[in-house]
Amino acid sequence: MSAENHIALQLVRSAFTLEVDISLPPQGITAVFGASGSGKTSLLRCVAGLERPAHGLVRMSGQVWQDAQTFLPTWRRPLGYVFQEASLLQHLTVQGNLHFGLRRSAQRQAGQKHLQQAIELLGIGHLLTRRVQELSGGERQRVAIASALALQPRVLLLDEPLAALDAARRQDILPWLERLRDEVHIPMLYVTHALDEVVRLADHLLVLEQGKLADSGPVAQVLGRSASSMASGEDLGVLLHAKVQEFDPAWHLMRVGFPGGSLWVKDNALALGAPVRIRVLARDISLAVGPPPVSSIQNLLPVTVLEMRADAHPSQCLVRLSCGKDDESSVLWARITARAAHALDLKPGLSAWAQVKAAALVGA
Amino acid sequence: MIAPEDWNAIGLTLRLAGISTVVLLMLASPLAWWLARSQSAWRAPVAALTSLPLVLPPTVLGFYLLVTLGPDGPLGRLTLLLGLGTLPFSFAGLVIGSVVYSLPFAVQPLLHAFQNMGDRPLELAATLRASPLDAFFSVALPLAWPGFVSAAVLSFAHTIGEFGMVLMMGGNIPGQTRVLSTQIYGHVEAMAYTQAHALAAGMLIFSFAVLLGLNLLQKRGLRMGS
Repeated sequence: MSAENHIALQLVRSAFTLEVDISLPPQGITAVFGASGSGKTSLLRCVAGLERPAHGLVRMSGQVWQDAQTFLPTWRRPLGYVFQEASLLQHLTVQGNLHFGLRRSAQRQAGQKHLQQAIELLGIGHLLTRRVQELSGGERQRVAIASALALQPRVLLLDEPLAALDAARRQDILPWLERLRDEVHIPMLYVTHALDEVVRLADHLLVLEQGKLADSGPVAQVLGRSASSMASGEDLGVLLHAKVQEFDPAWHLMRVGFPGGSLWVKDNALALGAPVRIRVLARDISLAVGPPPVSSIQNLLPVTVLEMRADAHPSQCLVRLSCGKDDESSVLWARITARAAHALDLKPGLSAWAQVKAAALVGA
Repeated sequence: MIAPEDWNAIGLTLRLAGISTVVLLMLASPLAWWLARSQSAWRAPVAALTSLPLVLPPTVLGFYLLVTLGPDGPLGRLTLLLGLGTLPFSFAGLVIGSVVYSLPFAVQPLLHAFQNMGDRPLELAATLRASPLDAFFSVALPLAWPGFVSAAVLSFAHTIGEFGMVLMMGGNIPGQTRVLSTQIYGHVEAMAYTQAHALAAGMLIFSFAVLLGLNLLQKRGLRMGS
């Protein structure tokens, strides 16, 4: 663990003991996913110095924030923090909030430029003279992100920034967060318990269970492994990083290719070659063996069975599948009834057809 | 109807209340801040001590202040040593007495304001590079302003109404320690009920107006905060 961004913590709380040792990639969104009480917010607060773990090492782009001898107070750490709610100062205007940190930062001159960029990035130019109370929840969070970014933080910490928003507002702000991910080149730790935010935004994924790291890695890999409880239930499925390969204008469809296969999805007015994220849920895949079945389902993928696993309910079973060959392959999960698995005589190594009933485009 | 010596007493009372209020706000802000945020074992005893004037008869407070600040008391010896003379039976002594007497009325509203604010604004300020002292002035004080208004108004009004403490500490020296309440007492003793009425009714109306104003203000403050 000689990484530039290294976090190793031990924090004892009555409900759980947080014990992690992770390194952050130099840029992109690393989602911290877990049930409530798994310690994900505590992890963020320890990185920020808002809580003081008994043992801790926090090093960000080479600078030590905490080790056995050092403990930098929060206000001396070059970070940005977006709280779940109430993340703006109520007695100031939007402008006042944006300048609050900047007035206190070392590089005020350069800061002005960065603030301007942050205002444009998050599209809040028209809100500057408003009072904080006049903003919608989504606007507040965008202003909070901009005031954090203006300080050129070495890491951006986001603590469930969308949790206080209703569904419509969440949809409004997600594109701004995608822009943030693609245009700001610093590491971002994004705490959430919402899988849809993970599949849409995250590059990397840390899964916390009762304070321990259950799994971590690139988001598609972690979701494909599905080793954790996170993706059980109705939400079990995989994320595929794909590219637009072909259009079928007559039927308003486009073909997106991923390592090991391709799928037809709704034409979304994207450019040829554009990157897309495709979410395929286990419950939307059915299996067939023998000759290719004739069916209304357009997406038929040749797969190999990798593993059979019992599901929560004894009537169901989960099948891990490989689509494609060796290094050009992707993992899929299918949920079928145990009786069907028995009837098809499924076992590891068997070739089969995966019929994909639905594939959702979840982001770029 | 209001005699020159009455005006004198009114002026002295307002001066006493004004100075005491300023001293109280400066003293009570750090004290309330500490009470709101400290985890120390001293918190509870200090909080109880601060609230004592609420339950003790003013005469008890006045008595102990008289003893401590008098020529034979520990603080009295100190002031004599410093060449300041003794404080009882002087205006300065009254200010000290008033500050002690009205302390809870300044501390309680501020304490509530600081507690209601919670940790979040300060944590937010810290993530925006504000040091704790900076955050106190730039975030905590502005957010707690309704508490400051309440503290100032209550301290002022409460000081204007003090009697027992003044009598014990200040005596009744015209122009120096004869305030409104002792003036009214003097009028009643002298059976000058009309003059007593004028002053007493004035104080009644003043106190009512102050509390009414405060209530309206707090209602408005709540609306603005939400």
